[in-house]
Amino acid sequence: MLKVRDLSVSFRTEQGIVRAVDGVSFEVGEGELLGVVGESGSGKTVSLLAVMGLITDPNAIIAGSIQYRGRELVGLKSRAMRVLRGKEIAMIFQDPMTALTPVYTVGWQIAEQVLAHQRISKAAAWQRAIDLLAEVNIPKPEEAAHRYPHQLSGGMRQRVVIAMALSCNPALLVADEPTTALDVTVQAQILDLLHKLRRNHGSAIVFITHDMGVMAEIADRMLVMYAGRVVERGTKEELFRVPMHPYTQALLDSIPPLTGEKPRRLRAIPGTPPILLNRPPGCAFAPRCAQRFEKCSAEPELGNGERAAACFRVTA
Amino acid sequence: MSAVSDTLDATPKSRGPWATALRRLLRDRAAVAALILFLMVVILCLLAPAYAQWTGTDPFKSTLDAVIKLNGQDVPVMEQSTEGLGLGYTPIGPTWQIGNYFLGADNQGRDVMARLLFGGLNSLFIAGMATVVTLFFATLIGLTAGFFGGIIDTLLSRFLDILWAFPVYLLAISLSIVLITQGLDLGLITIESGSLWLPIFIIGVVYVPYVARPVRGQVLALRESEFVLAAVGLGVPSHRILLRDILPNVSTTLIVFVPIMMALNMITESALSFLSIGVQPPDASWGTIIQDGQTLLYTRPVVALAPGIAIVITVLALNVLGDGLRDALDPRSKIRIGRS
Amino acid sequence: MLLALLQRLGQMVFVMFGISMLVFLIFFATPGADPAARIAGRNATPEVLEAVRKSFGFDQPFYVQYLTMMKKIFITGDLTSFVNRGWKVVPAVMDTVPVTLSLVMGAAVLWVVFSLIIGIVAAATRGSWIDKTLMVLGLIGISMPVYWLGEMLNLITQSRYHDTWMFSWVPPLGYKNFSDDPKGWFLTLVIPWITLSILYIGLYGRVLRAAIVESLQEDYIRTARAKGLSEARILLRHALRTSLVAFVTLFGLDFGALVGGSALLTEVVFGLQGVGKLTYDALLNLDLPIIMTTVLYASFFVVMANAVVDILYMLIDPRVRTA
Repeated sequence: MLKVRDLSVSFRTEQGIVRAVDGVSFEVGEGELLGVVGESGSGKTVSLLAVMGLITDPNAIIAGSIQYRGRELVGLKSRAMRVLRGKEIAMIFQDPMTALTPVYTVGWQIAEQVLAHQRISKAAAWQRAIDLLAEVNIPKPEEAAHRYPHQLSGGMRQRVVIAMALSCNPALLVADEPTTALDVTVQAQILDLLHKLRRNHGSAIVFITHDMGVMAEIADRMLVMYAGRVVERGTKEELFRVPMHPYTQALLDSIPPLTGEKPRRLRAIPGTPPILLNRPPGCAFAPRCAQRFEKCSAEPELGNGERAAACFRVTA
Repeated sequence: MSAVSDTLDATPKSRGPWATALRRLLRDRAAVAALILFLMVVILCLLAPAYAQWTGTDPFKSTLDAVIKLNGQDVPVMEQSTEGLGLGYTPIGPTWQIGNYFLGADNQGRDVMARLLFGGLNSLFIAGMATVVTLFFATLIGLTAGFFGGIIDTLLSRFLDILWAFPVYLLAISLSIVLITQGLDLGLITIESGSLWLPIFIIGVVYVPYVARPVRGQVLALRESEFVLAAVGLGVPSHRILLRDILPNVSTTLIVFVPIMMALNMITESALSFLSIGVQPPDASWGTIIQDGQTLLYTRPVVALAPGIAIVITVLALNVLGDGLRDALDPRSKIRIGRS
Repeated sequence: MLLALLQRLGQMVFVMFGISMLVFLIFFATPGADPAARIAGRNATPEVLEAVRKSFGFDQPFYVQYLTMMKKIFITGDLTSFVNRGWKVVPAVMDTVPVTLSLVMGAAVLWVVFSLIIGIVAAATRGSWIDKTLMVLGLIGISMPVYWLGEMLNLITQSRYHDTWMFSWVPPLGYKNFSDDPKGWFLTLVIPWITLSILYIGLYGRVLRAAIVESLQEDYIRTARAKGLSEARILLRHALRTSLVAFVTLFGLDFGALVGGSALLTEVVFGLQGVGKLTYDALLNLDLPIIMTTVLYASFFVVMANAVVDILYMLIDPRVRTA
């Protein structure tokens, strides 16, 4: 249903052009859950913001193709995009503390979205908001609808954001690290909730995270991003069992094991992600890679298959 | 747009913050034009004594019976009024000849152009010095209150509240009426009545809360920042932390305030002088010249018009410069211009 | 909530006390001169001086003098002018209040309406030439001395173009009571309203634009976009609504300050006998009792107005309300 081909997003800055996303391609099937992993700054959020048409920075340049159910979204008129956004494609954001307008009740904010896309009465929209709050397991939804965002905890607010995203039964849901800002116990509840909602609504989900542990629980297929590019893709089982790219391997090594004796120290990836300005030639991960060899000074290609990795150790 | 700013923050900072700010400022065409305009006004006003000497007029002495040459004819500076009941004299209007009553004469037959330049000198001097006074006291109070907190902060903040609650002009009038006539004798310092330091002191004090409050807020935030907490934890003495860590961080705010306060002070000075509690005659400032021009408003409007335009140009230049400085130094700052 | 309210009121009382002390110190304890001579005015006879000394208790300790001053101004209200012998000051000040209120309220309507329009239009067209033009005009408005602007408008409407169709309706300077002559009241005030409001239109327009543009950077605006709302709705219902808090607070403060004497320059230029003009006339006559009274009443009014704004703010803003 969603086909992204050679998507690039660059930003003009005072120092020069920053290529935040560089030639990214992926597909999402109906009802599928695609996990996108990577460290912060790897371009995962920016690429999905581009899908949503939410990059408003006038210094941004977006190139490539984004097709949603056969419609090209790159260069689509903002009016046409608006009709899709919130109705067919919805998004959940990372920080629930700042994602809601502080001066309106949460019920009002959900009803607002319903009213923007459906021709129903205000009373019906309000009722729909209450039903949605109940669906995301908010206790006493009639009362909760009258609350302001600051009166709710982070977990509750994230439920509100999810309720809002689901309000028009979107076919595609983009979830940008929806659990990162929350406590561990609340994280688990939110993940459970997303599971349940996925079963009930049948929406396809693109789930962005830097946490391999979260991926292990929910993803069907996965995309690993590094420095604005996709470095590995495949099903979750494939990636977890036989990681092909050293970066994926390193990410897996950094998850604490769920059972057994805890290692004294988790292995962190040495070094920091590269600066995207004036990117040097060659594999971007090479400076941090334990397995680099002379070939790595050239640019590795990601193959076309369902299962692929951009690394010379694989292709060689 | 956290992801976006993440990416952007990862870009290298090749130059120091001051150099970056200067480069940004110089690229802001409006700010550069404003700076040039302001410097031109300053230079013109600095030429006032030279202008007076060259034209041979004394802009502070009434010269009702002066006669000037205009197109080869002798013309008295004060013309006998042709309308009305006879006893009036009207000063001559603009001759548009540089150095020869270019803008005409005022009520006492003085060259308005010369007074305009001298007055500008006073206006600029007062605005500048009052800015120094304000920034000095505001920094002192803001740093002390923000850094030491507790009871000191409460006391100083309440003191600022008190000063802040006074309508500016009423406070200035109260101070002026007591000080202007008798001067101020504080034992060590004596300021004579009629001295420019009285309006400087009054204007400087009145706006202290305006700057001290944001400074205090910033210091409070810095006080909780990791590097200051670390310094405190390491037992670095307070004065050292204040001077080495906090003051440099506050200084950007202070610099942004300089043109903004200058602009505000120019307006305030001119208003006080217009109300006859600023610069005292025969000395001049742009405000006193507008006041002189008030009685001539319908006959010789240029007397009031010219200094007003001078104020607008100078204050506008300062405000544009202030905007540019703020954008260059501290793009996220909340300082706003033009409160009065 | 109740505690915060009481705290705010306590702070208000403290500030009022501080102000009265400061006024007392300025008028009675400035080093270098005899306060009795100041209060008595120019060329006072020895008998008058003696009367002043007695009535203000200058032979007594400072705290008695302070209490005497406060009693005369706020409780008995029998403070009299020595320059205009026997003139009761407090009623004279009260008589001027309606004039100042008429001036300030009319100007406030103008500046709220126009600054809202300017702020919203500039924010909606940010970066375009419309935005830039509006902001430059606003800056010019801020950079003009209000009394000078008033004089120039007088020059145009009273003298140079008074006889043209554009300004022939402008009545001569002065104030007409609303109850006597509503039309005259309105016409005499139009030009003063415009004069007074221009600074604030510029200021508020710029502040509002900046606040809106700032809220447009917030995360919740991105959420609003993701919801598929129209740009107009995002601007008006989300960005503007959250920016209004700053706007309303600022308005409360400025309105209070203007009623409390900051409209003085406009009143002087247009000959409107308001609080400011009364203070100005007293300044020219060196009539200190009047100045003391207006300064105290006005600053007390400002302090109370600020407290009311803060309390209203507590009631309006949901975040503060439940905190």
